[in-house]
Amino acid sequence: MMKVIEGSHAVAHAVMCCRPDVISAYPITPQTHIVEHLSQLVADGKLNTEFLTVDSEFSALSSLVGASVVGARCYSSTTSQGLALMWEVLYNSSGLRLPLVMTVANRALGAPLNIWNDQQDSVGARDSGWIQLYAENVQEAVDMTPQAYKIAEDPDILLPVMVCMDGFILTHVYEPVYLLEQDKVDSYLPPYRPAVVLDTANPKTFGAFVDPSKFTEYRYMQWDAQIRAKQKIVDAALDFQKIFGRYYGGLIDTYHAEDAEIMIVTMGSVIGTIRDCIDSMRAEGIKVGLTKIRSYRPFPAEALQKALKDASVIAVIEKDTTVGNQSALLTDLKAALYNSKLRMPVLGFTAGLGGRDITVTDIRKMVEISSRAKDGVAESDYQFLDLKKELL
Amino acid sequence: MKLTIGAVVEPGSTMVTKTGAWRTFAPVVDHKKCIKCSLCEIYCPEACIHQVEGLFVPDLDYCKGCGICSHECPRKAITMILEEK
Amino acid sequence: MKEIRFHGRGGQGAVTAAEMIAIAAYEDGRYSQAFPAFGVERRGAPVMAFARIADDPIRIRSQIYEPDYVVVQDVTLLDVVDVASGLKGTGKIIINTDRQPSALNLNTKAEVVAIDATKIAMETLGRPIVNTTMLGAFCGSTGEIKLESLNKALMTKFSGELANKNLLAIKTAFERVSK
Repeated sequence: MMKVIEGSHAVAHAVMCCRPDVISAYPITPQTHIVEHLSQLVADGKLNTEFLTVDSEFSALSSLVGASVVGARCYSSTTSQGLALMWEVLYNSSGLRLPLVMTVANRALGAPLNIWNDQQDSVGARDSGWIQLYAENVQEAVDMTPQAYKIAEDPDILLPVMVCMDGFILTHVYEPVYLLEQDKVDSYLPPYRPAVVLDTANPKTFGAFVDPSKFTEYRYMQWDAQIRAKQKIVDAALDFQKIFGRYYGGLIDTYHAEDAEIMIVTMGSVIGTIRDCIDSMRAEGIKVGLTKIRSYRPFPAEALQKALKDASVIAVIEKDTTVGNQSALLTDLKAALYNSKLRMPVLGFTAGLGGRDITVTDIRKMVEISSRAKDGVAESDYQFLDLKKELL
Repeated sequence: MKLTIGAVVEPGSTMVTKTGAWRTFAPVVDHKKCIKCSLCEIYCPEACIHQVEGLFVPDLDYCKGCGICSHECPRKAITMILEEK
Repeated sequence: MKEIRFHGRGGQGAVTAAEMIAIAAYEDGRYSQAFPAFGVERRGAPVMAFARIADDPIRIRSQIYEPDYVVVQDVTLLDVVDVASGLKGTGKIIINTDRQPSALNLNTKAEVVAIDATKIAMETLGRPIVNTTMLGAFCGSTGEIKLESLNKALMTKFSGELANKNLLAIKTAFERVSK
């Protein structure tokens, strides 16, 4: 059933349909409406789950580690400083190979204190071993939720998954969304039946001490599982399409990519605005296209090499920066291209930090700069697109 | 305006924003009923009630019209009145 | 695509009004989107909300800078906010005021629709909450959404006696501005 609903409520409904055994969360803007609504669904008797109200994000994720090792399907949601407070547990949960699913309502990290959207929070957690999927719109954030469990709980993978959706822009928007049907979710997502659980009748040690003789191998197993997850992410999207009829690409998706001279690469909700811009620029004869990152971790290096091979210039736009170097997606992409034969200019643009609106004008400016680079004009290979120089 | 390192700024920005414009209801004090207990001054979340020549007076430049002073007053000396704008 | 900007004060239901337009437009068989100008919500503070209506799925996510319509729930905002900013000359601005449009001195070529929504709200709801009344005026003066769809949208947010009072507020404002 399609209805006009707030993004957070649609995601909470999707979580309910995944039948989590334990939900643990600590409220923080702009994630609050998601867990508030889950709490309401529990109070209304619609969702049968152990809903833990905890004292902090650290406890929220720690409690899920305990619940997950006894075999519970677990859910949490957070953002920004909350995600930062989870840091230690992010690494522990992925190292323990626990298939948690968490929605990150992307928000800037302070200081300066700021509650608005960018993607610095989850991008900063890219090396924690969590799979990271980025949603373009509310529907994709909804549909990624059962996909996330499917990927996470696959016995060949067993890694936690973050579903990243832009805070406010997607969590607080009202738009038409197909709510998930319970029977379809049940046929898509089987109950979680882990092979090994914490059980007093059959004791195991979880979180064992590992010395230098084996640590590398455990880390390698985790690394290898993420690499293998690439195919599982593609499969999860295709399986979802079979049952629900909706598809957004596997690791990446493309738009007007076939003959694109200028290729924009990005992830998250800015893609909608970019699609509109591409349509109007195409009408003006500008050959511009889009490659959308759905899976940032694992990083789709091979898929990107294939999708970008015919472009004359690549423009990466992202809502984060790596202080001391360039931005995250940009440097990842350049690393993926270096040992290929591809040698087109790759320009990086940081924009939309701390809630600054990314407008049609911004996208057109980026395309103009990239177009000049395509024609051989030397352009800075990394810049803050919407910087107000007069304030500096 | 040039920005400062670490967003270290001059204090008192709340003095600049005259939050009185946000108000729908305004507190009106009946000074004959007032026993000068100062509870309104203590409870005011905006800290905008002060003694002026012995009387407790809300500063309407900042009063948001929340009505807490009226609620807390033990002598019901403060009435919230819908303001004509 | 039609773009609408709401100006109100925190607690006056501007965000809810934008949401109801999105629901009503969807009831009409069109696509829609509504979102607040994200801020630190405080009762009484100037706030904005946005809505888009289109025949095709809406992809753009930026804020609205050149609206087709502007709805102003509180005339005191005219002193502190440039409510007509970017408003298209072909558009309309609907203002809650007991004054005549010409007395407002708005810097716009767009048609100015004045409606005393506070009076209607006090008569129908008994409270100066004007968001539903202003939706009735929006519906009547722009024709962008059907009245029955707006009523349906209202029923998703209110029930019982309160719903009936709000339906009356919508109807009264709708008839007042309809030509």
